[in-house]
Amino acid sequence: MAKILAVDDSVSMRGMVAFTLRGAGHEVAEAENGQLALDVARGSSFDLVLADVNMPVMDGIAMVRELRAMDAYKGVPILMLTTESHTEKKMEGKAAGATGWLVKPFDPEQLLATVKRVLG
Amino acid sequence: MGAVDLTQFHKTFFEESLEGLDAMETALLALDSGSTDHELVHTIFRAAHSIKGGAATFGFADVAAFTHVAESLLEEVRSERRAVDGALIDLLLRSVDCLRAMLARSSSGQPAADAGSETLRGELLRLVSGEAAAAPGAAAPQAAAVDGWDIRFVALPHLLQTGNDPLRLFRELEQLGRLEVRRAFVLDSAPARLAELDPSQCHLGWELRLHGAIARGDVDAVFDWLDGDCELAIEALSGQARAAAAQPAPAAAPPAVAPASATAPAAPPAREATASATASAEASSIRVGIDKVDALINMMGELVITQSMLSDIGEHFDFTKLERLREGLAQLERNTRELQESVMRIRMLPIGSVFNRFPRLVRDLERKLGKQVRLELHGEHTELDKTVLEKIGDPLVHLVRNAIDHGLETPEKRRAAGKPDAGTLTLDAHHEGGNIIVRISDDGAGLNRAAIVGKAVERGLVQPGQQLSDEEVAELIFAPGFSTAAQATDLSGRGVGMDVVRRNVRDLGGSVGVKSEAGKGSVFTIALPLTLAIIDGLVTAVGEERYIVPLTSIVESLRLGAEAVRRIAGGGEVFQFRGDYLPLMRLHRAFACAGAITEVERGIVVVIEDDGRRVGLLVDDLLGQQQAVIKSLEKHYQRVQGVSGATILSDGSVALIVDVGGVVRLGQRSKAA
Repeated sequence: MAKILAVDDSVSMRGMVAFTLRGAGHEVAEAENGQLALDVARGSSFDLVLADVNMPVMDGIAMVRELRAMDAYKGVPILMLTTESHTEKKMEGKAAGATGWLVKPFDPEQLLATVKRVLG
Repeated sequence: MGAVDLTQFHKTFFEESLEGLDAMETALLALDSGSTDHELVHTIFRAAHSIKGGAATFGFADVAAFTHVAESLLEEVRSERRAVDGALIDLLLRSVDCLRAMLARSSSGQPAADAGSETLRGELLRLVSGEAAAAPGAAAPQAAAVDGWDIRFVALPHLLQTGNDPLRLFRELEQLGRLEVRRAFVLDSAPARLAELDPSQCHLGWELRLHGAIARGDVDAVFDWLDGDCELAIEALSGQARAAAAQPAPAAAPPAVAPASATAPAAPPAREATASATASAEASSIRVGIDKVDALINMMGELVITQSMLSDIGEHFDFTKLERLREGLAQLERNTRELQESVMRIRMLPIGSVFNRFPRLVRDLERKLGKQVRLELHGEHTELDKTVLEKIGDPLVHLVRNAIDHGLETPEKRRAAGKPDAGTLTLDAHHEGGNIIVRISDDGAGLNRAAIVGKAVERGLVQPGQQLSDEEVAELIFAPGFSTAAQATDLSGRGVGMDVVRRNVRDLGGSVGVKSEAGKGSVFTIALPLTLAIIDGLVTAVGEERYIVPLTSIVESLRLGAEAVRRIAGGGEVFQFRGDYLPLMRLHRAFACAGAITEVERGIVVVIEDDGRRVGLLVDDLLGQQQAVIKSLEKHYQRVQGVSGATILSDGSVALIVDVGGVVRLGQRSKAA
């Protein structure tokens, strides 16, 4: 069971992600934008970070860049939750240091399969 | 792992999508009025993007499809490939309206798309340049009946720093088939000495062979995330690949079936979703700022301190501690009051959420009526009870429509009257005593006295030639069924008159009035109670029972002599009050209370009023005034005619709260009978 940080400004999406992961026995912390996620990440440690791309205050890509600059998060998997229409965002996320992505829309089974894929 | 039920998130999705649309609308209007703030475009884009993502995730495909096109258009704006003009804003505003309607239909379980939304989607689609027909991503699957793959995989030094791990990749490949590591090698980029090795850098490469009839796509998917992090060469095991190419049919078949079977099971959950969405439409939720919750917790802490102080005094009590006990009780009272206020504040929301509708409404009305309006909003942060807030929207919309339609003049008329072309409409909210005052003022022509009086005479509301003060004329517009000739426009003619506005406001325990000056404009003032959860009531005794009469509805309490009551045909009783005959309602009879006073001269008559109609209630005695926290009777028992709820008195007993409207209607019926 892993500690996972879920970052999304949409309450329903974040709720769905957190609920699904908790149902699978993971411990989940939530944050509604990149800035708040950094605060949470600093105060704790996580095995995996899942982050939306488009968020107010600080978007997912800037957040990845900041996280990768922190020693504790150099090698932690970070997945971007992104939509198909934005292939260039995937690459931008990768360049910032994201591990990979999960394409929206995804269902709970796909989410769990992807998380399993990263966590082994 | 059972299927996760996503319907529980639908309500949140609808709520935040509607909020997103509000934000979109506000930002679009700001752009329309000439703002060039790029953050506005981001806000609009983000809202559309979130709605699309959520709609697709939660199975509202129509909403997702519509938003997808709108988003593509917005993406062009965001990347400055498309300029913002009035026509584009019009189109996007219409899209906002359309999405609102689509969400409403979705939440009540109906199909979201209709002819209107499809037409609008077509319009958006035509505008989006180079839209590749929203390709559903089904890239032609490669025929791949091979015996295996040779994979040369060389990590770039930074691979580990993206959180990827070669070991994980190998495990994934093993899931596909038997994996053979033919060679692993250290790259030249590796430092010569171990001590110089940076553990976050990777300098390794592998030659792998994956055995089995595995689709190329499955292999690619494993390395999907590593684009740019490695050098990769994947080749089909020689010989067999050519044989596979000869018979592509069996390979193509499974993917063709897969999408079909994927959509089939999606149908039943969609139906389930509609059922629960309808159910959840009734229960509403509230978002509370963390500061309010903190205040509550803080207050709770104080209460605990007071409680422990009191129990400390109580444990070893003697009369020397009387003063401390008194202090402790005073503190408890203060804590309780503060706690009560904090709890009530949780239900309070800023009126800004209602005010925000108006820039759009005003813009639409301006165009429709050929008038110019400058809208000013004040006191958007003033907070109101959620229930009051939800119900005050329609009356306010009506007053704003009226002010623009009837109050403000056309630019020509205004110029002739020496006023600026654009009329000013001001919405203002503020606290005043225990009330919230909302004011809608315009600098238009004011109430048209002649037209109002003429209409009133026509409707038989006043006699021709009757002398009327300005106040009396203003009151006429609130009379049931009254409407002026100007209501011929399609704006106000929705079967809602000022009488309905007044009734709606009264239902909320408030009042509405108007002051007007010819040529200068009109001011409509609405006074609303802070909350609906607590009322000031008069506690009355009827036999053993206690009934609470809302203080705001009481006209007067009086004693009557037996001779003052007349029995009329049909069994009703009436009495004379200020030159009028009012029905007398014996509460003990209406509510079947035992042991109550039955002689009128020994009891007390409380005259109450609702919507201009009055009734006298016969009770045994008046016990005093009390704030009553309203508890729903329907929730705990069932609906009872003439009773609006229950409350708990200071001695712990239960008292019923008289439903003034219901009782007055009952009384009027008995008088008529």
